[in-house]
Amino acid sequence: MVALQSVFLKDVALAYRQRAELMQPLMFFVLVITLFPLAIGPSPETLQRIGGGVIWVAAILSLLLGMERMFRDDFADGSLEQYMLSPTPLYMIVVVKVLTHWLMHIVPLFLISPLLALFLNLTFDMYVALMLTLLLGTPLISFIGGIGVALTVGLHRGGVLLALLLIPIFIPLLIFATSAIESASMLLPYHSQLAIIAGLLLFSVALSPMAIAYSLKVSQN
Amino acid sequence: MWKWINSFAKPEKAYWLCDVLQNWFAGVAITGLIIGIVWGLGYAPQDYQQGDSFRIIYIHVPSAILAMGAYVAMAIAALVGIVWQWRTAFMFMIAIAPVGAVMTFISLFTGSFWGKPMWGTWWIWDARLTAQLILLFLYLGVISLYTAFEDKQQAGKAAGVMAMVGVINIPIIHFSVEWWNTLHQGATITKIGKPSIAPEMLWPLLICILGFAAFIGWVTIIRMKNEIIMRDLHRPWVAQRFGVANANANANANANANANATANATATANATANATANANANANANANANANANVEGKQS
Repeated sequence: MVALQSVFLKDVALAYRQRAELMQPLMFFVLVITLFPLAIGPSPETLQRIGGGVIWVAAILSLLLGMERMFRDDFADGSLEQYMLSPTPLYMIVVVKVLTHWLMHIVPLFLISPLLALFLNLTFDMYVALMLTLLLGTPLISFIGGIGVALTVGLHRGGVLLALLLIPIFIPLLIFATSAIESASMLLPYHSQLAIIAGLLLFSVALSPMAIAYSLKVSQN
Repeated sequence: MWKWINSFAKPEKAYWLCDVLQNWFAGVAITGLIIGIVWGLGYAPQDYQQGDSFRIIYIHVPSAILAMGAYVAMAIAALVGIVWQWRTAFMFMIAIAPVGAVMTFISLFTGSFWGKPMWGTWWIWDARLTAQLILLFLYLGVISLYTAFEDKQQAGKAAGVMAMVGVINIPIIHFSVEWWNTLHQGATITKIGKPSIAPEMLWPLLICILGFAAFIGWVTIIRMKNEIIMRDLHRPWVAQRFGVANANANANANANANANATANATATANATANATANANANANANANANANANVEGKQS
């Protein structure tokens, strides 16, 4: 327990001290969203119709950008080997690391999202649906993404490959999340979509730590 | 029984099995494809709605079904490789991956040509088409992850994890895109009890599916034999098996070694393994080839 706590504190401290690196995906997120009104035209109805999807696509892309941080530094400086040697099971350390990473990347995203909802002319109901889907969907991205990061961490040019591997896997999440927002825009209930996303999340929380731990061992060779 | 199955983890035993199976698969593939395609394209009756253009079903449906089947086979091989540490399972996995990717591409391509006269468009964001496209991306992901690693044992394990993640995802993707949008006609032959296709159209289709399956098996077996030989080039069993052919292999290795040596002379930073090759650059080529083979052996 103490070990897990220290992993958590170390990751939080590292993320906090490398704030610039934390800010970059966030700025990317805002910039991508700014591009859409410029490219498609600023009419409020159009923006409202595509808004939920645009925010979700931008969120996935920006999370992919920051995702490499999850294990890269630990792999480079050898902490990862120490985690593997420690008596604490690796998959538990992995869970803590993934959750810390999620926390440090998603809180800024949440803080900035009201502004983006204004940019894209989302109604209040759509905004609530967006928040709920982000809350359930982004940990799913982190857990599944962790597998990809663990597989590519040993490669020199893993960044693009990571996106190639992961984007197809996120498609179901994107479909359910945007359909929830669309339902919200028509004032329809969207519990079923949320329930499916939550189900996928629980499934991935149960299985992906094992897959991540195995992949890290493969990468460490 | 278990011990007998496990013996195929050895490359030489797997190679022997490939040799035995290859001709059977080739025979079934050639006869199946010839009978099925000639019957389907030439003699099956016209569709009352789609006319002659429905005949592409004899290419489209087998490739679409078997693209999925090949992915499942790949994922099962990955599971076997990861759980029981079979080297040959990873070889099979990477042998079938490009074959499956090409099948996926064929099904998309023929589907597009079918869609043009039927739906009036080359591409539509329909559930089945989208799912098939994502399947192609999953295949490409596994292949590119495999090629990104230099150590092929490590590459096999990494790509295996990815293949298994993908196979868990395929039903989810299918279900989600189906919910998202559907235009594609429903499945024709899987309806239990009463298929909605006339028997004289169905039979050539089934023969085509069999022929395609055997064809995939045939190509995979040939690719797997190549993979086994490439990875085990330095092992004694290869030399024993290919008493004469090995001379050729040696000649190839020689050529490689020479190319490497010149490349190394210009390269700046090199691992120790290359350093030895460098030192031998002026020595006789045969010794050089051996050194190189050893290096490769350590890597695989």
